[in-house]
Amino acid sequence: MEKTLPKIEIIEKYCKGCHVCVEFCPKDVLEMKGFYASVKNLEACIKCMQCELRCPDFAIKVITE
Amino acid sequence: MAFDYDKWIRPGKLPHIWCPGCGHGIVMKGLIRAFETLQLKKENTALVSGIGCASRLPGYIDCCTLHTAHGRAAAFATGVKMAKPEMDVILVGGDGDGTAIGGNHFIHACRRNINMTYIIINNYIYGMTGGQFSPCTPTGHKASTTPYGNPDPGFDIAKLAIGAGATFVARGTAYHANQIDKLIVEAIQHKGFSVVEILDDCPTTYGRRNKYKSVIEMMNRLKEVAVPVKAAEKMSAEQLEGKVLTGILYKEVKPDYTSEYAKVIERAQAAK
Ligand SMILES: Cc1ncc(C[n+]2csc(CCOP(=O)(O)OP(=O)(O)O)c2C)c(N)n1
Ligand code: SF4
Ligand code: SF4
Ligand code: SF4
Ligand SMILES: [Mg+2]
Repeated sequence: MEKTLPKIEIIEKYCKGCHVCVEFCPKDVLEMKGFYASVKNLEACIKCMQCELRCPDFAIKVITE
Repeated sequence: MAFDYDKWIRPGKLPHIWCPGCGHGIVMKGLIRAFETLQLKKENTALVSGIGCASRLPGYIDCCTLHTAHGRAAAFATGVKMAKPEMDVILVGGDGDGTAIGGNHFIHACRRNINMTYIIINNYIYGMTGGQFSPCTPTGHKASTTPYGNPDPGFDIAKLAIGAGATFVARGTAYHANQIDKLIVEAIQHKGFSVVEILDDCPTTYGRRNKYKSVIEMMNRLKEVAVPVKAAEKMSAEQLEGKVLTGILYKEVKPDYTSEYAKVIERAQAAK
């Protein structure tokens, strides 16, 4: 069965560039790009939601089916 | 599925004022998830705070909110609960607000066992006013007012709450984000005064002075010091040195204040 990928939305007007989502992602899916968080390798995402749970700024959403 | 926080946030209020990496936002998200789990009604939910960065939280939440005077959340919240015992009353604030200027209100709310939930966000410092030490700043740590190290021992908020009579006491951390809502749910469901301490970072005024190079270092410290109560049972005193217990630390069933007060009203009316 093919793995369905989530959609990861980063709301730049809320993101404060704290690195929390990037550092604690267990699969190294995210990176900092300039000031903001950004998706580097969506394929590796296991939809654990850790990034969304820990973002203090409501700036990252992991949208799954 | 991504969690829909918007339902509980006042339109146009984000981004919030907290600094990059400040865990207060993580606690706010946990609180919203707890409200949603319990299906609380906005018109029946009162969120009450004092003053401080943590105490700004109710301003973002779309329910009945009361932003009061420094340290006085418990006094105002007690008034709300006495007037409207059917309301879910939740207090939120910082370590400075709750254990320094508001320490007396805190212990008496515990003693009365009034059916409310108090979320106390402990970042070990007065964040808002520039990093003065609070009663929770650990010994030896630096604050703007203790540049050579704090000589005072810090309060253990959970022990203080238990000693003063709170009947539900729990502790979590901003790092352990997915536990926050679960602790708050249990606290709100408990009938009596519930205290939930959430250990937090303040990278801006505490981290900087105490040689934490980044928000990530501060989050990692929370990760390292926390030991769930169950795991602690199997650990030796040496292994527990410098650790902090997390989870539900204390729970007891006791008469709550508004129920007892209703009986007083009944007796007084019968005596007429
Ligand atoms: C009567 C009074 N005294 C002092 C202050 C100044 N003051 C504002 S916030 C604060 C400390 C807040 O610390 P804490 O509750 O730990 O919240 P944090 O900012 O760390 O989240 C102080 C001393 C005030 N607003 N009112
Ligand atoms: S959901 Fe988990 S794996 Fe996917 S980006 Fe977020 S933290 Fe990484
Ligand atoms: S955790 Fe949130 S605020 Fe911090 S970098 Fe990631 S998206 Fe931005
Ligand atoms: S000063 Fe500290 S407590 Fe206040 S918003 Fe900034 S990091 Fe948070
Ligand atoms: Mg504080």
